[in-house]
Amino acid sequence: MEMLSLAIWTPIVFGVLLLALGRDEHAIAVRWFALTGAIISFVLTLPLYAQFDTAIAGMQFAENLPWIDRFNVNYHLGVDGISLWFVLLTSFITVVVIIAGWEVITERVNQYMGAFLVLSGLMVGVFCALDGMLFYVFFEATLIPMYLIIGVWGGPSKIYAAFKFFLYTLLGSLLMLVALIYLYIASDGSFDLATWQQMPLAATPQTLLFFAFFAAFAVKVPMWPVHTWLPDVHVEAPTGGSAVLAAIMLKLGAYGFLRFSLPIAPDASHEWAWLMLALSLIAVVYVGLVAIVQQDMKKLVAYSSVAHMGFVTIGFFIFSELGVSGGIVQMIAHGFVSAAMFLCIGVLYDRVHSREIASYGGVVNTMPKFAAFALLFAMANCGLPGTAGFVGEWMVILAAVKFNFWLGMLAASALVFGAAYTLWMVKRVYLGPVLNDDVKKLSDINAREFLMLSLLAAAVLWMGIYPKPFTDVMNASVTQLLQHVALSKIPL
Amino acid sequence: MMNNVNWMTAYPEIFLLVMACLITLVDLWVKSPKRDLTYGLTMLTLGVVAVMQAVYASTGDTVYGFGHMVVSDAMGNWLKCFATLSVMTTLVYGRPYAADRKMLHGGELFILSMFSLLGMFVMISGNNFLVLYLGLELLTLSGYALVALRRDNSNATEAAMKYFVLGALASGFLLYGLSMMYGATGSLDLTAVFQATASGHIKHQVLVLGVVFVVCGIAFKLGAAPFHMWVPDVYQGAPTAVTLMIAGAPKLAAFALMMRLLVDGMLPMAIDWQQMLLVLAVLSLLIGNLSAIAQTNLKRMLAFSTIAQMGFVLIGMLAGVNNGNTLSAANAYSSAMFYMISYVLTTLGVFGVILLLAREGFESEEISDLAGLNQRSPLFAGVMAVCLFSLAGVPPLVGFFAKLSVLQALIASEQISSLLMAVFAVMMSLVGAFYYLRIIKVMYFDPPLTASTVSAENHVKVVLAINGGLVLVLGLLPGGLMSLCAVAVVQALGT
Repeated sequence: MEMLSLAIWTPIVFGVLLLALGRDEHAIAVRWFALTGAIISFVLTLPLYAQFDTAIAGMQFAENLPWIDRFNVNYHLGVDGISLWFVLLTSFITVVVIIAGWEVITERVNQYMGAFLVLSGLMVGVFCALDGMLFYVFFEATLIPMYLIIGVWGGPSKIYAAFKFFLYTLLGSLLMLVALIYLYIASDGSFDLATWQQMPLAATPQTLLFFAFFAAFAVKVPMWPVHTWLPDVHVEAPTGGSAVLAAIMLKLGAYGFLRFSLPIAPDASHEWAWLMLALSLIAVVYVGLVAIVQQDMKKLVAYSSVAHMGFVTIGFFIFSELGVSGGIVQMIAHGFVSAAMFLCIGVLYDRVHSREIASYGGVVNTMPKFAAFALLFAMANCGLPGTAGFVGEWMVILAAVKFNFWLGMLAASALVFGAAYTLWMVKRVYLGPVLNDDVKKLSDINAREFLMLSLLAAAVLWMGIYPKPFTDVMNASVTQLLQHVALSKIPL
Repeated sequence: MMNNVNWMTAYPEIFLLVMACLITLVDLWVKSPKRDLTYGLTMLTLGVVAVMQAVYASTGDTVYGFGHMVVSDAMGNWLKCFATLSVMTTLVYGRPYAADRKMLHGGELFILSMFSLLGMFVMISGNNFLVLYLGLELLTLSGYALVALRRDNSNATEAAMKYFVLGALASGFLLYGLSMMYGATGSLDLTAVFQATASGHIKHQVLVLGVVFVVCGIAFKLGAAPFHMWVPDVYQGAPTAVTLMIAGAPKLAAFALMMRLLVDGMLPMAIDWQQMLLVLAVLSLLIGNLSAIAQTNLKRMLAFSTIAQMGFVLIGMLAGVNNGNTLSAANAYSSAMFYMISYVLTTLGVFGVILLLAREGFESEEISDLAGLNQRSPLFAGVMAVCLFSLAGVPPLVGFFAKLSVLQALIASEQISSLLMAVFAVMMSLVGAFYYLRIIKVMYFDPPLTASTVSAENHVKVVLAINGGLVLVLGLLPGGLMSLCAVAVVQALGT
């Protein structure tokens, strides 16, 4: 079997086995089985990086089998420099999330673990799919496990959150479905992405397609003003769900811009770049301000995710190599950092059962080891040099300043807001004297939590100190993408 | 003409008729409370019939019989094969339910089911106005009796009355339309009608008047808005086993009726009936989806959801002919056929779960009755969830590919209006997703109201698991069924 198929189907097979055979009486066996599945899946993705040829801009490890003859849909997989890291990120985060749910989930353990494993395989599928319909199937199928994860193991208003998540994202993707079918008809019966990217398209269809894709991906990213589902969902989702949502699912949207919007509708992308930049800037500045006033830690991190993803879309729509690479690096970094931030909140929530900032204070006194981790991730979140958060933001800001000074300046202001909301939260939660009995009774993290946080801490520091492996991989592919996007597709 | 009898075209029908009569007699001596012998013989008969139909279908020949009154083609034979399987599945799910409700004092459930299946067969293979009408009447008359099978139940009796009155009205519409067509074209034979309408010598207004009534009649039988009034009442009032008997297989026959009358007989009038179907589709999607939201009764909600699903089938049917060009006809009609088959498969799963959850004195027909089903039986909840996600059109389930194929048929006509219609349809399916998700929410997120576990016989469970599995497998590998439909429809159009 080919490597990408293995990366997709191994976690799904493990997940389905868990769903079919697991019982709560054997919770311990279920957990170990899930962890084994996640680790095997992660290990299977490592050769992708090892054998990846950074000189090649096109697709590698390609697989192409006919799937549905009648509509000429192919099971066409491949990764290039843009998608490679997301495959690894997904399988890595899944391992961390399984560890995070270890003791916390006590009911229907097999369904919880199974859902995450299936979800992991589906998300890898999204990043590998080179066929429009295959992409859509994976993209949409991720909604099912996530809906169940939020609805079954979520907080008090989990049902509202689960519905909002499902319907909001479905609304966007249904418009994309119409766009995909339109492209299928317009290309005389092909769902192949490469064909679509080469196909000439007049200005009006390009604009319509651009906005149909925008509907799907902007909701997923999420961009202002369609970001409102994210804070609600994050607050109610279980810790693992929040981590996967922030670390990977949001990236599906941003990735979609790179795979669909830019190359398929390059002229419309250039024409509407001002709109994308404006929305992104609002996300960065306004949502950053909104984050400052949040009382709920999860909401704060959720708004901070919106702001960080705003950086990503700024990077994409200034069409410079530095910007696009910076955006992708920022996506990966945010994957590590946001997952870590949510897991930290989860650690506190498991002990005190409150997400309110006001319920805490002086946690460092009772949980010194944990506070050290939390501080590191907070620093990464506000983009301190030497952490993962810095690299991408710096690249995007540099590219933005080159593009237009004022744009760069506004984008850079996000660093100030980022520092403001993150550090203020750290101050109120972790520092200072112990404020109440709950905090006094806290016990420091155990070995399992230490392992999970140190995995992420290692990733965050590695990426901050030595980002070369990340940027090297994507250079050739990004250059090729930008060359393609620079050419008009409007037939003369 | 009449000497041209080709008995071979009707062997399965004849066998079914003979066996149904025989089983009626045998049933007189059956004493067991669950009528094991009748059940066994019925299943055996249906199994043989299904195999016969599949064999006929796979030869792929188009044969006319009985003086051109009956046609046996791949499309019809596959539809008959699937209808038989669907009736078999219905009986498997329905027998425990019927036994608990004293509906098995006699073997009527099985006998009437066989006769209604026979009606479907005649309807599917008719090539003549009267034969088609005869089949339709056999199907619906058996249906009226089935709905009234629980004589002591006032809801069922009321539903039977409504079904009978409105059904008779619909048959009247259809018959009136057919008589107009006969008057205008001078023939009952579909091929002759086709030639007459294509010739252009007949006054257009007369034909259109006939088509209007025919379309109304078909819309009644499909349950498309605004002729949908009977659907919620009958679905809710009828015993659930009978609801499934009405909601499942007959839809395949109704599809065949539509294909025979509108396509085989009146394709030259497509520009007229496509507009009528467009109105029906828009109204069905709108009324079906919006009304379903407000329902608390599961069966009633599913009835409205059926109306909405029929809207999608109609979308496939109305996309066949563009500006007189029939190039995309096969694509459009085969997508509608694929939609109908996947709809029936999914409906069987949904009603199967409802039937098996019902116990003596407990109907399990409120949405809240499903609360916490996942904790009580992961299998039942799983099958239900898969089917509901499929109805909502979420990939990778078969319902998604059904929606995909009708939408591509619609967009293929490359007109702005069809693009708008596609956007409207997907928006309506978003509304649909809401009420399907609500049931999944009740099953997975809510705590169970009773701790009692769900029990069912093993072979019933196996059938249910296969049913749910097929919804998933046909979603992962939809190619086979899609090309089966495509080949069948291409052949049906070619003759």
